[in-house]
Amino acid sequence: MIAIIDYDAGNIKSLQFALNKLKIESVLTKDPETIKNASSIILPGVGAFKDAIASLNELGMTEVIRKEVINGKPILGICLGMQLFYETSYEDGEWEGIGLLKGSVNRIPDIVKVPHMGWNTIQKHQESPLFHNISEDPFVYFVHSYAIGGNYEKDTLVSSSQYGITIPAIVQKGNVTGMQFHPEKSGDVGLQLLKNYEEMIS
Amino acid sequence: MLAKRIIPCLDVDKGRVVKGKKFKDIQDVADPVELAKRYNDAGADELVFYDITASNEERDIFLDVVEKVAREISIPFAVGGGIRSIDDINSVLRSGAEKVSINSAAISNPELIREAAAKFGNQCIVLSIDAKETASGKWEVVINGGRKYTGIDAVEWAKKGEELGAGEIVVNAIDTDGEKNGYNLELTKAIADAVNIPIVASGGAGTLEHFSTVLKEANADAALAASVFHYEEIPIPKLKAYLDKENITVRR
Repeated sequence: MIAIIDYDAGNIKSLQFALNKLKIESVLTKDPETIKNASSIILPGVGAFKDAIASLNELGMTEVIRKEVINGKPILGICLGMQLFYETSYEDGEWEGIGLLKGSVNRIPDIVKVPHMGWNTIQKHQESPLFHNISEDPFVYFVHSYAIGGNYEKDTLVSSSQYGITIPAIVQKGNVTGMQFHPEKSGDVGLQLLKNYEEMIS
Repeated sequence: MLAKRIIPCLDVDKGRVVKGKKFKDIQDVADPVELAKRYNDAGADELVFYDITASNEERDIFLDVVEKVAREISIPFAVGGGIRSIDDINSVLRSGAEKVSINSAAISNPELIREAAAKFGNQCIVLSIDAKETASGKWEVVINGGRKYTGIDAVEWAKKGEELGAGEIVVNAIDTDGEKNGYNLELTKAIADAVNIPIVASGGAGTLEHFSTVLKEANADAALAASVFHYEEIPIPKLKAYLDKENITVRR
């Protein structure tokens, strides 16, 4: 059972529907006990960083997540959920994130249209079971104005996308995985990625 | 490379798609969920649903449709029509839509864009602009299906929309809409060049060339159309193959 962290993070339904299609059981929850008993955690998220981290802090979720991750529980962050894993975000100010990964969240430079919206290809930086049955440089659906940068650890980069700059698309360090795009909205490729993720962690 | 997007648009009235008559091989041709699935499978990059009724009881039918669509397809979709408040936006996003498209409500209350972008993130707030040419190289924002002029310059309104926090702009050229003589390149380009957010061209698609022209020459990021898709005059796989041949990056 996957615990999807419920903190009023916008459109969670698409993610639940995608997991249902894959017959992966999930529950939307903010109950620490349920999260503790879950086999893995997904941190979804759309919207503003500061509101998201404020809700997580208020619900005590930041601590719960840190503790579960230290105990080795797999966690997947999607879009803003992934950005929340980092130390600092510079979205409308400067905000402290959960701090599971080194690095910061910075605005995509205005040399391209922002938000980065639509289907872009991702390029592999290292082999991963996540790419099982996935063609070379697949298209996935992005929608974001901020991206991982700063002093993030380059060996955590599994795959990236080009949009003005190199955008970390999939990152992984131990039991922590992040996807900047929306696998739940990325057609068959996205569903396959979610399936591969689930198989990778089980 | 970021792909240019192809977006079929479905007008929904009382839970049924208007103009969705010509598919012989699906049983319920006017069922928005069936059509959405079909477009999803054909390789559409995104969908837009417009609620063209928007009375209260019909609103619930529509929200039910939105949720069913979200359940069936795994590509993003936007919802427009009758969006007037933060509550309206919340209910369509909660039903499973990725984006909301705001049109006339933003004219009477521009702050709605700002509030919505702050609350839900600018990526899900689409400003839809209906524009009519009033002089050469001048377009005015119109509402009520093009019947009412607002006195607002369309390009200025687009800039204002970006500043308020819209994450994308749909440019509906009322003059070319339904004519199938091509998108309004001049208007689309004028708006695309004035802002730094993605632009969706809308109104006038009739041929394969119309799509390639607006995507290449007018700096549009996406092209929206309804009848050429609904009546199967242009199948999406054929369109994508054509655009690919024209050296336009598309998802295939």
